[in-house]
Amino acid sequence: MKPAGAFDDQRRAFRGGIAAAFRMPVWVVSASMMGFGSLARDSGVSFGVAVVSTATVWGLPGQIAFVELFAVGAPVLAIVLASSMANLRFLPMSISMLPLFRADKAAWRWRYLFAAMMSVNTWAMTLRFAPGMPEQHRAPYFIGLSATCMTVGVLGTGLGYYLAGTFPFYITVSLIFLNIMYFTFLFASVRQRNCLLALLFGAALGPLFHLISPEWGLPFCGVIAGTAAFLIDQRLGRRHG
Amino acid sequence: MDSATLWGTWELWGVLGLVSLATYVWRFAGATIAAHIDPDGAMFQWFSCLAYGMLAGLISRIILLPVGILDETPLIDRLAALAAGFLIFAAFKRQILPGMISAVGVFGVLAALRDFGVL
Repeated sequence: MKPAGAFDDQRRAFRGGIAAAFRMPVWVVSASMMGFGSLARDSGVSFGVAVVSTATVWGLPGQIAFVELFAVGAPVLAIVLASSMANLRFLPMSISMLPLFRADKAAWRWRYLFAAMMSVNTWAMTLRFAPGMPEQHRAPYFIGLSATCMTVGVLGTGLGYYLAGTFPFYITVSLIFLNIMYFTFLFASVRQRNCLLALLFGAALGPLFHLISPEWGLPFCGVIAGTAAFLIDQRLGRRHG
Repeated sequence: MDSATLWGTWELWGVLGLVSLATYVWRFAGATIAAHIDPDGAMFQWFSCLAYGMLAGLISRIILLPVGILDETPLIDRLAALAAGFLIFAAFKRQILPGMISAVGVFGVLAALRDFGVL
């Protein structure tokens, strides 16, 4: 893979984002959103709501919580809280991605739109490749990447919904599992030391904290794992890699 | 598809609106705070660590203690798939694709075998 930082102009950076999306993310996004579409239909959620939720919620754990709790007839407040907590990660994610766009004055005005377009996928790729790009190429790259993923995600949801029922259980469940495994190995390939430490601590603490409190386990896990990783990395000094 | 399947009830759209808003809250709060963060500073690194810690916690919780559809598969299948994935991932010099494909392959085959009543 050629270094993503090497674009000649903004138009090429935008196209580079689209090309990056087609290397792997779109296949994973379309497959996992097909899984979600199929799940949504089984849960009794309408086609329109399933497809629009991919564009507006744009975070699979929150969407899954939404349709599964809806299917069992949970109270509205419980559905909203559960899916919101499942998507809490977007808070530290947007804080740690958007500053990369700040030097580009034209792009910075669109930061709320960028926050809405961000997924774990596009966040991780932007965090890895954007710092090596000139500031004015970062936003076009991110927009090309994210818009492609969103489009494919919405189409995948519709297709999965349409095809639901023709899928046996093991296909639907494998499509959902694919998404989880993609993120597992996307993160396992992270090389920055403080992030790797945070991943290890988080993976160990996540299930434990969930047992203590299903609602508040995740934010506590993020704060404790992340802060410990940050401090230990600082203590170890500047020997990255 | 009939119109109820296609469109659904107003109540359902209302719930979707609330769920979407409840997600936008986090995204937009992040965008507001981001204005005060220097991308070369320690705070930026700290928030990246928080995000990675939270994501790793979420994913490991989904693998070990899933709710919903994944909960209908045995834990041993998910762990076997994960182990196979990491083995191949390590063998292929930490490339994402071989690791992911072997993990999902193992999981899919196990799930299919159980579906067919072989396991």
